Formats: sequence, structure tokens, C-alpha cells
Amino acid sequence: MALVEVKKLSKEYKRGVETVHVLRDLDAAIPEGDFLALMGPSGSGKSTLLNLIGGIDKPSSGTIDVGGQRIDNMPERKLTQWRAQHVGFVFQLYHLMPMLTAARNVELPLLLTGLSRSERKQRVAAALALVGLSDRAGHKPKELSGGQEQRVGIARAIVSDPSLLLCDEPTGDLDRKAGDEILDLLDGLNKEHNKTVVMVTHDPHAAARAKRTLYLNDGLLGTEPEA
Amino acid sequence: MKYLPLVLSSLSRKKLRTLFTLLSIFIAFLLFGYLAAIKAAFTSGVEVAGVDRLIMTDKITIINLLPYAYKNRILATEGVDAAVQSTWFGGYYQQPRNTFAQFPVVAEEYLEIYPEIVLPDEQRRAWLEDRGSAIIGRALATRFDWQVGDRVPILSPLWRNKDGKNIWEFDIAGIFDAGKEGFDTSGMLFHHEFFRQGRAFGEGLVGWYIIRVTDPDQSEDVARRLDGQFANSSNETRTVPEKAFMQGFLNQIGNIGAIFSAIIGVVVFTLLLITGNTVAQSVRERTSELAVMSILGFSRLRLLSLVFIESFFLAIVGGGLGLLVAQLLVESGGDPTNGFLPAFFIPGEALWAGVFLVLGVGLISGAFPASRALRMQHVDALRRAA
Ligand SMILES: Nc1ncnc2c1ncn2[C@@H]1O[C@H](COP(=O)(O)OP(=O)(O)OP(=O)(O)O)[C@@H](O)[C@H]1O
Ligand SMILES: [Mg+2]
Repeated sequence: MALVEVKKLSKEYKRGVETVHVLRDLDAAIPEGDFLALMGPSGSGKSTLLNLIGGIDKPSSGTIDVGGQRIDNMPERKLTQWRAQHVGFVFQLYHLMPMLTAARNVELPLLLTGLSRSERKQRVAAALALVGLSDRAGHKPKELSGGQEQRVGIARAIVSDPSLLLCDEPTGDLDRKAGDEILDLLDGLNKEHNKTVVMVTHDPHAAARAKRTLYLNDGLLGTEPEA
Repeated sequence: MKYLPLVLSSLSRKKLRTLFTLLSIFIAFLLFGYLAAIKAAFTSGVEVAGVDRLIMTDKITIINLLPYAYKNRILATEGVDAAVQSTWFGGYYQQPRNTFAQFPVVAEEYLEIYPEIVLPDEQRRAWLEDRGSAIIGRALATRFDWQVGDRVPILSPLWRNKDGKNIWEFDIAGIFDAGKEGFDTSGMLFHHEFFRQGRAFGEGLVGWYIIRVTDPDQSEDVARRLDGQFANSSNETRTVPEKAFMQGFLNQIGNIGAIFSAIIGVVVFTLLLITGNTVAQSVRERTSELAVMSILGFSRLRLLSLVFIESFFLAIVGGGLGLLVAQLLVESGGDPTNGFLPAFFIPGEALWAGVFLVLGVGLISGAFPASRALRMQHVDALRRAA
């Protein structure tokens, strides 16, 4: 049984009179424990697909099923709760809160839970330890390197223990060495912590670390770079 | 409570801006408190007017004097409980700019009709015993730094005495306080008998009468009855409730209340713009952060409350401090005219209005950015940030 199942998924934007079809009747299944790299030319709709799977965007038509739950027609309030419990997001530009320390950033998703202060502290410490940043807990984002910021971003994504990790070009802004460290982390999360990882990337080197790669082209998914 | 670091962090992002906003709100509410006190100084005479008191003057103008002979007829009128005559003395101390109110009255009667006058017992006795003495209000005592026992010369351009002079001298027997907030303490009271015997002219005439009615609900009837009695005489009268009398007096210098309300309104409106702008700006800068928080699972309602907590924080800290400091300054004898104003205090209703305004500023200044946060689209917000 696939963790993510997408059927006849379409997404279009109206730009004036013209309609842009980003995704057309797309079908896909992502099994539990997968580490999937998503590639394709710029503007092909990779981010759009990722956002749809993560429940932060709505499809024009088609169904999205994650962990046995239809999220395409879920009302906004429920969807927000669902995201908090089931998905972790990692962004290319990290999107950390600039005024908060690394620990406070990681703690954010836990504020939505009923956990006590000390329980939250414990979880934050564990997540930061997992990404190797225990010694930077009190630092603000601008006091961290890009690679460290992204590791904080990953810690924030996993702190509430979601089963699905969605990463949009997580190494896109990093040099090779820092990027490799991030990929090591994602790999470990996939293998040792059984997270299902979907990673959008432009970098074949990064994609090579995944279990498999799919290519988005003309609104459709394929296993080859050119359709 | 666990959201506190979040709110504090967003306020500390632009510390200078937050500080300036807090300062403008602080100053605006300081001003609000002060203006309210000054407004009250002018209008409190109306507010504290006794419901059981009527003022009888000449029908045409208060300048025309009334016969003293009316007093017994007034006292004999049905519904009248007590009456005392008073007269406009119109004097000043040393120079015309030191003008203040002096009234010759019958001490025992006046003190009874005005229970608002609070006078220590021995000073009261001293005043009643010495027909040449006077009592002064607290504000007046402060204004000229007069003490009990001082002898003060008052020059009245209106009233010449039997020595052919306009200078009258009084021994200060007591200093009275206001038994009710807002009661006028900027004037002086002395004995009618002293005045009557001392003046070179005007025998048998007094300025006006202050009349206490038995039943405040009947005061209109009593007033009509009184004026009816003196209709078609050579001195027709006009009797109105003290409140209306005070209001009429106030109206002669223009609608002070409306003027101050307008100033206060402008101050508060400006303030709303400033606070609203600060919060809006800080929310605009954080649109992508709010989007990320929403993606992480913060509901719109939560984001909304974070925005409001921020705007209320600014309003309550700045405005609350402003009101508090205004109250402290006004209370600790901050009358800017140093005793010229009959009373100086922030009325309770004005303080409450201030509190509501503080909350209003928080609510309205948070509303725009909050609605923005409410309508935000995740994907757009992130795209714009990238
Ligand atoms: N709000 C929108 N309105 C109109 N068109 C949009 C909107 N959002 C995305 N698009 C269009 O949808 C298409 C897919 O965008 P998307 O961001 O998913 O591409 P991508 O594959 O992630 O590209 P990149 O590799 O550059 O990140 C693009 O042509 C984009 O212009
Ligand atoms: Mg993209």
C-alpha cells in the first residue's frame, strides 16, 4: 500500500484569458519508506506537485491520498492540523524565523502539541542532536552557516515525528560539501528512521542519493529525463 | 504563555521602531489624560452641580441685583428647604490678572447648602466667629500661597466701601477642600453682613439666590412657582437648576467640552494611524514567516491571535503607561496653571474611556494586518519571499 497516491491530478493557473496547465491528469504512487528524487526543467511543476502532496496547495482536479486520507478535499482547518501531524517540510531557503534561536525554531511545531515545556525541550534537544547541532541551540539563524541553517530546518521538520518529509531543493543553495551533509542526513532519516522522503532537485548528484528518480515534463511524470 | 517568545521576538526585530511606536502611544495617552483633566476643570462645575439646588437670578441678566426682601418670600414658598444669597464681588489680588471669584454669603446657610465644602472644625468655628474673616479654596491657597492667618487685600472695581476705597481686607480663617471630586476650590467666601455694612451703596440688594429644594424631582415645579411669585414685579426672576446655570456660564466661553473632545479625537486618530502602520509593516515583512508557520500547522486563528497579541501589547504597554503617568502627574498637584483652574483631576469616566481607547487602538491597529494574515496564500507568500 502506497503512502502517497495521486490520481488524475491536474493543476492549472488562469493568467488573463490563457490557462496554464502545470499538471495534467498525473498519476503517481509513493510507497512507504521511499526516497524519491523529483527532477525536471524549471517551471515544470515540481514545487507545485510537492505542495499539493503536502497539503499547502489545492488541485484543480484529481485526488490526493496520503496515509489513507483524502487531502484534496479536506477543509482548510483540518488540513492545517493534518500537516502538523503528518508532514515535515524542508525549504530551499530554510525559512527559519530570523529572530528565534535554533532551539526556538525547532520548537515551533511542538507549540501546537499538548507537550509540556520540559517534554518540548527534550524533543528539541534530540532533534538538534540528530542533525549534529547540539552546540548551536542558542544561535540565531544569521549566526549559522547555510548548511547549519538547513540542518535546523530539517530538525524542525522532524521534531514532531511526521512520516513524510517533503524537501524542495534542500541543497539548492548550498555548496557541495554542505549539500552532501544534508543528503547524508536525509539518507539516514530514510534508512534508520523509516521516513518517506520526497526531494525536488536540479542536481543529478543529489538525485543519485535517492532510491529512485522521477522526471516531470509537460505536466506528466516519467522515469526518463525526456518524455 | 508559550507564544510569548514568538511575540517578543517579532517586536524586537525592529527595536527602534517598536520603541518609537511605544513612545508615540505613551505620549498620546499622556496627553489624553492631561486634556481630560483640563476639560474636566472647565466642565466639572456642570458635572458636580447639586441636583437639589436652584439658582435664582434677575430674569434679564445676572448683573441686575435682586431685592434682599425676596429671601423670606422664597423661604416661604412650598418645596423650598433653604436659601442663601450671594453676590458677585469681582475683585482681584494686587493686579487684575490675579482675578478670582469672591462671594459674600451667609456662612451657616451656605455651608449647609454646600456640603461639598470640607472645612476643619476649628477653622469653621473661627470663620463663623470672626465676621471680617474669609475662607478660601485649596486651589486658591496654592495659587497665591496663602495660609490661614494671612490678611489679604482684595480690590473690587465694583464695590466701593464706606471709606471711599475699593480695597477690602480679609483675614483668612480657613482653607476648604472639595468633598466631591471636581468641586470648585478656586474661590473665596466671606460674610454677607461684613459686605452689607461695609459697602457704600446697594443697601437691600443681593446678586442671586441659591435655593435648596426639598425634593429634587419637584425642582422644576418649585422653580416655576418661585418665578411666578415675582412675575410682574419690578424685579422679575429666572430660576434654573444649578446644572443648567453652570452650563449657561460655560457656554459663554464657547463649547469647551467640544473643543477638547475634538483635540482628543485628533490625537487618538493620529495614534491609530501610527500604531496600525507599525503593526501592518511588521506583518508585511513577516508574510513569508506567517506562511511558513501556517505550513507548519499554525491555524489562521492562531496566527491572527499572534498579530493581535502584538498590537494589544503595544497599545497596552504604551497606552497604559501613558494613562498611569498622566494620573500620577495630575494627582501629585500637576495643575499647569497653578491654581487658576477650579479643579484638576482626571474624571473616572475619562480614565475608563482611556482604557477602552487603549483596547480599541490594539484592536483596530491589529485588524488590517490580521485580515492580511487571514487571506494569505502559502504558495504565493513563499514565492514572493524567494
Ligand atoms: N500563482 C501562480 N499563478 C500563475 N502561475 C503560477 C503560479 N504558481 C506557479 N505558476 C506556474 O506554474 C508553473 C510551475 O511552477 P513550479 O514552481 O511548480 O515549477 P518548478 O518545477 O518548481 O520550477 P523551479 O525548478 O524553477 O522551482 C510555472 O510555469 C509557474 O509560472
Ligand atoms: Mg520549484
